[in-house]
Amino acid sequence: MEKEKKKDLIISLAVIAAVYAIVAVLEAVLPRTSMLFTVLKKGSIYALVAVSMNLLNGFTGLFSLGQAGFMLLGAYTYAIFTIPVEQRAAVYQYFDGGIIQFSLPVFLGIILAGVVAAFFAYLIGLPVLKLKSDYLAIATLGFAEIIRALFQWDKLGGLTNGSNLLRRFPVFKSTLFPMTVAGICIAIIVMLINSTYGRAFKAIRDDDVAAEAMGINLAHHKRLAFTISSFFAGISGALLAMFQTTVQAAQFKSAMTYEILLIVVIGGIGSVSGSVISSFLFIACSEWWLRFLDNADTYIGSFHVPLLRPGFRKVVFSIVIMAIVLLYQRGIMGDKEFSISGIRKKIAARKAAKAKKKEGTK
Amino acid sequence: MGFFQTNLPYLLAGISTGGQYALIAIGYTMVYGILRLINFAHGDVFMCAALMVIYSASYLPLYISLPLAIVATGLLGFAIERVAYKPLRTAPRMSAMISAIGMSYLIQNLALYVTGGLTKYYPPVPFISDSIEIFGAMTKRVTVITPFVTLFLIIVLVSIIKYTKIGIAMRAVSRDFETAQLMGVKINSVISATFVIGSLLAAIGSTLFFSNYTGVTPTVGGMPGLKAFVAAVFGGIGSIPGAVIGAFIIGICENLIKGMGLTTFSDAFTFVLLIVVLMFMPTGLFGEKATDKV
Amino acid sequence: MKKTIVLLAVLLVSVSLVFAGGSGESAGSKGSKVVKIGVYEPASGDNGAGGKQETLGIQYANYVTPTVNIGGTEYEVQLVIVDNESSNDKAVTAASELVSKGVSLVLGSYGSGVSIAAGDTFASAEVPAIGVTCTNPQVTLGNEWYYRICFLDPFQGTVLANYAKDSFGAKKAYALAKLGDDYSVGLCNYFIKAFEALGGTVVYETFPEGTSDFAAYVANAKKSGCDVFFSPVSIEAAALIIEQANTQGLSMPILAGDTWDSNVVLGAAKGTKVNVSVTTFFVEGSTDPQITSFVSGLKSYLASNATAMTNNGGNDEIAAVTAMGFDAYYTALEALKKAGSTKGADIQKVLPSVTYKGVSGDIAFDANGDAVRTVAYVKKVDNATGKWQFVSVQSVK
Repeated sequence: MEKEKKKDLIISLAVIAAVYAIVAVLEAVLPRTSMLFTVLKKGSIYALVAVSMNLLNGFTGLFSLGQAGFMLLGAYTYAIFTIPVEQRAAVYQYFDGGIIQFSLPVFLGIILAGVVAAFFAYLIGLPVLKLKSDYLAIATLGFAEIIRALFQWDKLGGLTNGSNLLRRFPVFKSTLFPMTVAGICIAIIVMLINSTYGRAFKAIRDDDVAAEAMGINLAHHKRLAFTISSFFAGISGALLAMFQTTVQAAQFKSAMTYEILLIVVIGGIGSVSGSVISSFLFIACSEWWLRFLDNADTYIGSFHVPLLRPGFRKVVFSIVIMAIVLLYQRGIMGDKEFSISGIRKKIAARKAAKAKKKEGTK
Repeated sequence: MGFFQTNLPYLLAGISTGGQYALIAIGYTMVYGILRLINFAHGDVFMCAALMVIYSASYLPLYISLPLAIVATGLLGFAIERVAYKPLRTAPRMSAMISAIGMSYLIQNLALYVTGGLTKYYPPVPFISDSIEIFGAMTKRVTVITPFVTLFLIIVLVSIIKYTKIGIAMRAVSRDFETAQLMGVKINSVISATFVIGSLLAAIGSTLFFSNYTGVTPTVGGMPGLKAFVAAVFGGIGSIPGAVIGAFIIGICENLIKGMGLTTFSDAFTFVLLIVVLMFMPTGLFGEKATDKV
Repeated sequence: MKKTIVLLAVLLVSVSLVFAGGSGESAGSKGSKVVKIGVYEPASGDNGAGGKQETLGIQYANYVTPTVNIGGTEYEVQLVIVDNESSNDKAVTAASELVSKGVSLVLGSYGSGVSIAAGDTFASAEVPAIGVTCTNPQVTLGNEWYYRICFLDPFQGTVLANYAKDSFGAKKAYALAKLGDDYSVGLCNYFIKAFEALGGTVVYETFPEGTSDFAAYVANAKKSGCDVFFSPVSIEAAALIIEQANTQGLSMPILAGDTWDSNVVLGAAKGTKVNVSVTTFFVEGSTDPQITSFVSGLKSYLASNATAMTNNGGNDEIAAVTAMGFDAYYTALEALKKAGSTKGADIQKVLPSVTYKGVSGDIAFDANGDAVRTVAYVKKVDNATGKWQFVSVQSVK
């Protein structure tokens, strides 16, 4: 049995490595401006934040709607601390060059983004984690909005540039960068879930009164889950800043959190691979595959297709989402993970069913 | 008197927006009380009511199109429940919630597609859209009418819930879903009635809101919807009087904050208020104390 | 089984769409060669109305002059239009889409925020962009690939401050900007600097996104005893502000920048007692033959094309942004002719030396890629007729 498990692990790792290799090859072959890369970049960023939200909602059962606020913190921290010193006067043009006059290297900036988000999560968690599910959701949503208002306040402009964009910070060119960072972070989260901490989180999700009776320190573990989830949300915020090349507080609205929630639930609450898969599908569908529906001058032969107008793509996309939500009530992956042993079992089960059928007809 | 005089425009605006939030908040709190579901699409139903009035008013005279749109909104609420929430009644709560989010997106995107992205303007309603003067402050008549209309509707609603059969059924279902079913209550009718009533109130609220602030865009329902939901939570989710009082408090505070010059935080302040209340009263002002059964 | 079928169908459709992405060279209608010009404008969101009018100018210009002669060959000019939804996060993907469709250069956007946000995408893809009415300095600052044909906000802010002081005799101004919006915050900033340099004081406030209720802000302006209400915000908010000002009987004049030059503002102010003045790029009433043929040609185009009429706000009042869009198209054609090629890098090399005399004035670029503009026009709303009234030509000494 041990040997089989090890074999499965090696196959899974090989498959993941193959995916990265394929992307590297595609990067060299296809034109750099192809939409495929945009989708892969954005998809991997959203995959990370979706998994972090899944850690909180799906594995610990804490319904939190504050993800956009932590992404905002991460994005701004990264941007503020990595803008090169020569560019600061131009970027902070209404605030006399801003308060911060040094700049950090990229990796330090990303880690700092996560740390700042986690720190704020710790502070927010102290009062808020005592609340029951829906109240927790609305309280975290409230904090996200308060943070957004603070970052647009012009009194803090020396730090945050107020209502104006932050830009000129270092960005990435290759698609492999966000995919690698997201991959590493997701791997860490998976290892966490498979550890004793992960089991404690699942116990809290299933029945927190029983978990407490079994000796799990509820407050401590809830805070841990909240802080860790926000750490990774902060990192994904930094990656998003690098993808967009500009950062502005106005875009981190609650609508962003709802999108992430959609991705998580469609993928399956409690399934990491589900979140990753549904993130890529969601982004591909909303940004790329349906773009042709926005073109008002579409002809099939000489027949002018009616109804096609800017805005039609979003309507179709919403209908697709509703269809998936109604058909896949537990999400695409349910609460199972995508694994080689799972596929192996399915093949074996199908073989057994075929054999049984043959027996029956004999 | 001096404070009152200088702050009168803000108080009037606050009372009027408070009333409008209250009419939306009732819809949220009633649905939550019965289904434990946050109906994210409710704010967009509010917006749809306005669009229906605008489009029908270009063909029909206002005294026909207005009631027609209100009835149509009630039907819209009914349809949304049947399509998006009924199939998911046995599914995990999260799925029902994202079905609500998905429905909200769908309505917003349909509105965007149909209007072509440009703002639509609400037709002026005779009598209530007129400008009048109150103690030296100029405002529209609708700001003064709103609190009275709101109170009247709430009294009607509370009487329905207390004295009619359907009202008792609603109370029973919100207290204990399964037992009420066992007792022979027709669940589907109760739930449909809840949605229809909530949507009708939202439609009336939208008439009052948009006669005052006439710009209608696809996303105009987002912030009022969220604030109304906060009001419902603030007052104790599941409690109608709580939702109404919460809504008025939020509406008035929001405008007073603007009057004090802290305009940047006028939206964020609503949430600060909410969090402060939840710290001391975890189930809101009039919420029920729930016991934890193991 | 049902679920797997649905999933497979989605995968099938998606795989086929990977290759239907649409890019590269395509043959024109008569088999002639095609050059693509990207139109990067909002068609929805806060700036949707203005974006549509600007796109209208470009489309009309394309209708009048659909071909261009590049290096001896006649090319058909195809417009590739994307909607950046007036939001900075959608800006990057919309810009990437234009780039992936192989456009030679880009026109736009209406709205400085989205232009700044997309600046790096265009620069790294080596596609030059010509901003039409985005007035914030940050659009071209430090970006060699972004140019613009309109004046800048520091100029506009000073013009507005001077006008407020001289024509209204204002000593105290109330400035209202939208929170989180670079354009209105930036322009208010320049206005405040200029106005305070002239010895005035300013009460500055901001409103959050999605605000419908401007009662409190109008009340604040009245309460603080200001002489002029300055609010260079989007058209959507403008209509609501005008309405609220009318309801509350605001007596002080309202002043705004180029964003308020639109039919929506005319419609909102018609029949009210509100005094609205704006600074802008273009005035309809000139007798110059180039301008009169533009005006009459555009009006007949609008009359014959219902979609265009709706995009223009339902009437045939010409907005300045439409005139600017028209000029931007011709400037782009001049650049293509001068470069003699459809490659972005070649066009970018010749852009600094391109000049064109348009309906909005002379266009030439300075070292930073900004247009050399020294005048702005001031217009006022005629409340009785709902049309613009030309007031004066302002310049900054």
